[in-house]
Amino acid sequence: MSASARENLTTSPADLSTGGGSAAALPPRPARRRRSRGGWKARAEILALSAPAVVVFVTFVILPVILAGYYGFFRWKGYGPPTEFIGLRNYVVIFEDPAFRSALTNNVKILVLSLVMQGPIAVAFALLLNKKMRGQSLIRVLIFVPYVISEAVAGIGWAMILSDRGAANGFLAKLGITGESWLANPSIALWTLMVILTWKYIGYATILFLAGLQGIPEELHEAASIDGASYWQTQRYIVLPLLGPTLRIWAFLSIIGSLQLFDIVYIIWGQYISGTAGVSTMATYMNSNGRLSGNFGYGSAVAVVMFLISLVIALVYQRFVLRRDTAGALTEGEG
Amino acid sequence: MAIAAVNAPTVSAWKGRPRRQELAWGNPLVYFVALVFVALMIGPVAYIVIGGFRSNAQIAADPAAFPSPWQLDSYVRVLGNERFWVAFVNSVISALATTVGVVALGLMVSFVLARYRFRGSAALYALFAAGLMFPITVAITPLYILIRSLGLMDSLVGVILPQIAFGLPTTVIILVPFLRAIPDEIQEAAEIDGCGRMGFFFRMVLPLSMPGVITVGILAFIGAWNSYMLPLYVLNDQRSVTLPLAVQQLASGQFSTDTSLILAATSLAMLPALAFFSLFERRIVGGLTGAVKG
Repeated sequence: MSASARENLTTSPADLSTGGGSAAALPPRPARRRRSRGGWKARAEILALSAPAVVVFVTFVILPVILAGYYGFFRWKGYGPPTEFIGLRNYVVIFEDPAFRSALTNNVKILVLSLVMQGPIAVAFALLLNKKMRGQSLIRVLIFVPYVISEAVAGIGWAMILSDRGAANGFLAKLGITGESWLANPSIALWTLMVILTWKYIGYATILFLAGLQGIPEELHEAASIDGASYWQTQRYIVLPLLGPTLRIWAFLSIIGSLQLFDIVYIIWGQYISGTAGVSTMATYMNSNGRLSGNFGYGSAVAVVMFLISLVIALVYQRFVLRRDTAGALTEGEG
Repeated sequence: MAIAAVNAPTVSAWKGRPRRQELAWGNPLVYFVALVFVALMIGPVAYIVIGGFRSNAQIAADPAAFPSPWQLDSYVRVLGNERFWVAFVNSVISALATTVGVVALGLMVSFVLARYRFRGSAALYALFAAGLMFPITVAITPLYILIRSLGLMDSLVGVILPQIAFGLPTTVIILVPFLRAIPDEIQEAAEIDGCGRMGFFFRMVLPLSMPGVITVGILAFIGAWNSYMLPLYVLNDQRSVTLPLAVQQLASGQFSTDTSLILAATSLAMLPALAFFSLFERRIVGGLTGAVKG
C-alpha cells in the first residue's frame, strides 16, 4: 500500500471540510484528527474499557501507598480511625532503632552482593549459551526452574538442606568435612542467604541476557570477524556494549527486588531468628514491628521509609544510568 | 495481504525457530559447563522431590542419600490429606481468577492506551508504569487494613483483587507495544469493511495479540500461584489458606519433625507451576524479551 493511498484512507470528513489538500500537505495530522474525532462514542468506549482497571489499580495499589503516608504520622493499633497524631516521632524511632539500621545495612549488602554475584556469572553463562546448538532450549528451561517455583517451596527446601542435621552437612560429613551451622551462625548466614538468592534469581538474569544477546544482529558478528576481530574482542567491544540496555534494566529490577526482600528470609529464618542471624531486612523488620506487634502506624512509617529509599535510588538510577540508553546503544561502544 | 505480513513475523517470533531445522551439537566443553550449572540449579529441587520418597528413618540415618527402598508413603499421606486439597483448590481458584482478571482488565486498558488518542493518555500510561515502583511489600500494611475494613479477611477475593491490581503494571507494559504494533492499515481495512472499533477489538486485536495475552496470563498465573506475603496477611483461617501458606504451616507446625511428609507436600505444591511453565516455556522467555525491549 502506497503512502498516498494511506493518506486518502485516513482523510476523514472533518479534514474534507477544511479542504482536502491540507491532508496531503500535513501527513501526520489526519491520522491524529481521525482518532480524536470520535466524540461521545469514543469517550464512552475509553471510559468503559479503562475504568475497571483504573478503579482496581487505584484502590489496591495507589490508595494503600497514600494511606501508608497518612497512617505513618499516628500511633495506631489498627482499630477505629487513627487519632493519636504524633508527627514525625515514628520516623525518629525508626532511625534510632539499631534493629532497623542493621536491617537497612543488610539490605544494602544484599543489593550490592546480588549485582556482583549474579551479574558476571549470568553474563558469562549467557555468552556461553548464545550459539545455535542442540539442547539449548532444554538448558534454558532447566536453569529457569528455580525462578518459577515459589519462594515458600524454595525456602522450605533450602531450610531442610542447610539445617544442622540437613543434607548439606550430611554430604560434607561423607567427604570428611565438619559441617557448619549455615543458617544460625551470624558470620555465615548472610552468605548463605546470598547463595540461595543467587540460585533463585540467576536463571532469570541468564534468560534475560540470552534474550538480549539474541537480539544482536548476526551481521555484526560477521562484520567483526571480517575485520579480523577475535572471539574475545567481538564479545568485549561489540556484544557487551550492545547488551548494555538489558544489563541496566536487569540491575534496576535486581536493586528494587533487593530493597523489598521478604519472602525467602521470612520463610527460612522466621520472624525472630532473622535478627540474631544477621539477615533481617527492612521488610521483615516492618512485618515484626508493624502487623505482628499491632503497631499499624509504625509499620506504615517503615513502609514509607522503604518506599522513599527505593524511589530515590530508582530516580537517581534513571537519571544517571538508564538515561544513557536513550542516547542510542550503537554509538555507546565507541567511547 | 497486510494481515499476512503482520502475522508472519509475530507468529514466528513467538513460536521460535521451527523444530524441523536440525541444529548442530555445540562444543563439549560448553555442554560440560552447562551440565554443572544445570545440576546446581536443579539439585535442590531434586532433593525435595526425591526426599519425599524416603522415610523419616532413612532421612535421619543419612540426610544426603537416595531412597532405599523408594517409598510412596509420604506422597500418599499428603494426597490423602483433606487440608492439602483445600489449600490446593484455594490456590487454583486464586490463580485462575487472578489470571482472568489481569488479562481482561489489562487487555481493555492496554487497548485504550494503544489505539485511542485522548488527553491524559500519557498520564494514564505513566500511572500504570509507576506501579512497578510500588511492590506489594510497601503497600501491605495499609492494604491489610483496607481489606479488613472491606470485610474481605479470610476470603480469596481479598487476595485476588489486590493480585489483579499489582499484576496490571507488567501486563500494560507488555501489551501496549503489542497492540500498538498492529498497523493502522488493518484497522482502516476493518473500518472500510464496516467494522466498528469494538468489532475491530474482538475480531482483529484479540486474535493478533494472543501470544502477548498468553504471556501475561502465564506470568499472572505463576505469580498468583506462588504469592506468599499477601495471603500471609489476609488468609488466617485454615479453610482459606493457599498452598504456599499451607506448606509453610506444615513445616513449622505440629508436623515439623516429619521431614519426609514436608518434602512430599512441598514437591506436590510446586508441581502445577512447573507443569504450567514447561508447557509455555517459549512464551514466558519470549515475554521477558518483550518486557525488556518494549
